Amino acid sequence: MKLAYYPGCSLEASGKEYDLSTRAVCKHLGIELIEIPDWSCCGATAGHSTSHLLSLALPARNLALAEEMGLDVTAPCASCYQRLALTCYELKQNPRLQKEINEITGRSFQGKIKVVSILEAINYIGLEGIQNQVVKPLKGLKIAAYYGCLLVRPRNIQIDDPENPQIIEKIMQASGAEPVEWPHKTECCGASLAISNEDIATTMVSRILKAASLSGAHCLVCACPLCHFNLDMRQLKVNRLQGTNYQLPVFYFTQLLGIALGLNPDDLSLHTHFVDTTHVLKMVG
Amino acid sequence: MKAIRLNQWEDRNFIELVTRESGQAVENCYQCGKCTAGCPIAFACDLMPNQVIRMVQMGLKEEVLHCQSIWLCASCVTCTVRCPRNIDVARVMDTLRIMARHQGISPPGKGRYVALFNENFLGYIQKNGRLFELATMAIFNLKTGQPFREASTGLAMLKRGKLKLTVTKPRGLDEINRIFEKVRQAEKGGKK
Repeated sequence: MKLAYYPGCSLEASGKEYDLSTRAVCKHLGIELIEIPDWSCCGATAGHSTSHLLSLALPARNLALAEEMGLDVTAPCASCYQRLALTCYELKQNPRLQKEINEITGRSFQGKIKVVSILEAINYIGLEGIQNQVVKPLKGLKIAAYYGCLLVRPRNIQIDDPENPQIIEKIMQASGAEPVEWPHKTECCGASLAISNEDIATTMVSRILKAASLSGAHCLVCACPLCHFNLDMRQLKVNRLQGTNYQLPVFYFTQLLGIALGLNPDDLSLHTHFVDTTHVLKMVG
Repeated sequence: MKAIRLNQWEDRNFIELVTRESGQAVENCYQCGKCTAGCPIAFACDLMPNQVIRMVQMGLKEEVLHCQSIWLCASCVTCTVRCPRNIDVARVMDTLRIMARHQGISPPGKGRYVALFNENFLGYIQKNGRLFELATMAIFNLKTGQPFREASTGLAMLKRGKLKLTVTKPRGLDEINRIFEKVRQAEKGGKK
């Protein structure tokens, strides 16, 4: 499988573990990722909060670049995925809008490609396919899969059920881990408010940490750099502000899958988290 | 919430305008309140999501466009997927933010910081093509008069190699700048 790769801005810095581990896992599983040359920002929440046309035009430029490569495109970041996938959907549905946006971008996106999340791309291999390549099963590791919002909402681009998605659980089960049942897997962590109104975001993060902690999970597993940063970095702040003592490392699913596949830990960036990961990593050898 | 006189509907065209701009049949809402029940930022709202929708139905344009909630909406889209009337409530929130901005309304309270963040973020993208977290954060801090906010986080990120100190700009910056300009022109021409 060969896909155009859209890393997105976060994966260049605060989400670098996701970029490294995604590239390593895909390489191992035979998914060839070719970075879109000169990709630009998708506009994220700021874009669609400001202008509908801009929220389509910024992703459309990148879709056109991927289409020029003749490849379907994947974005690990949930926000990038949602913006690219929604734009692709809206432009395919509405030829008049497609023409208008092409005039704005100066590029000719024809709607011939698909946008897939990295979860779907890896899931294409099949759970058996993954299981067969696991050399270091994550035995005894209880994980709380956290999807957040943008992979499962809205309906037109959802990769799984918006209330009780299972795709992360299945991939983690194939890796030998034990997913827990918990109620907050698609609750919003408030990342879009984290800079502008941190107090609101901190409250939202604390609810998720509380639920994850009560579920008995040893760690959280996510698939979004914004959720990751918010739950990992702000966990220390929640502890300080609310007198709690959460010690829940937040991993990208690609990091844990990488461990199970026996990849070199250096390629998975397992020690650059804010919450110490050592005690959980010890459990999986 | 203050009392509102319903014989003083200020703008009976408001619902039509919102319906057209959002593409959502706002009149279909029957006030079940499911959007509010699931809203993760309801605790911080001045108007609950179902109230916003009801007030749009009633033409209470000024109240709606001056509330904080349209800015605090986290765009999680939970309301949308749970609406039994298939109204994309999150899209309506987007539309209301955009309308408020086009009318030059300065967002009240906590909404101000959201608007400032968005403006900053997009201004940076227009010039540089990609987000550079450090610069965007620094500019936001300066503009809100809190230069050292998150300084310890910045240091912790630096230690973990998560703070990029140099900008990577894609080629084609003219092209990206042109996208912003063309959108502006198209919107001036009456399209949103």
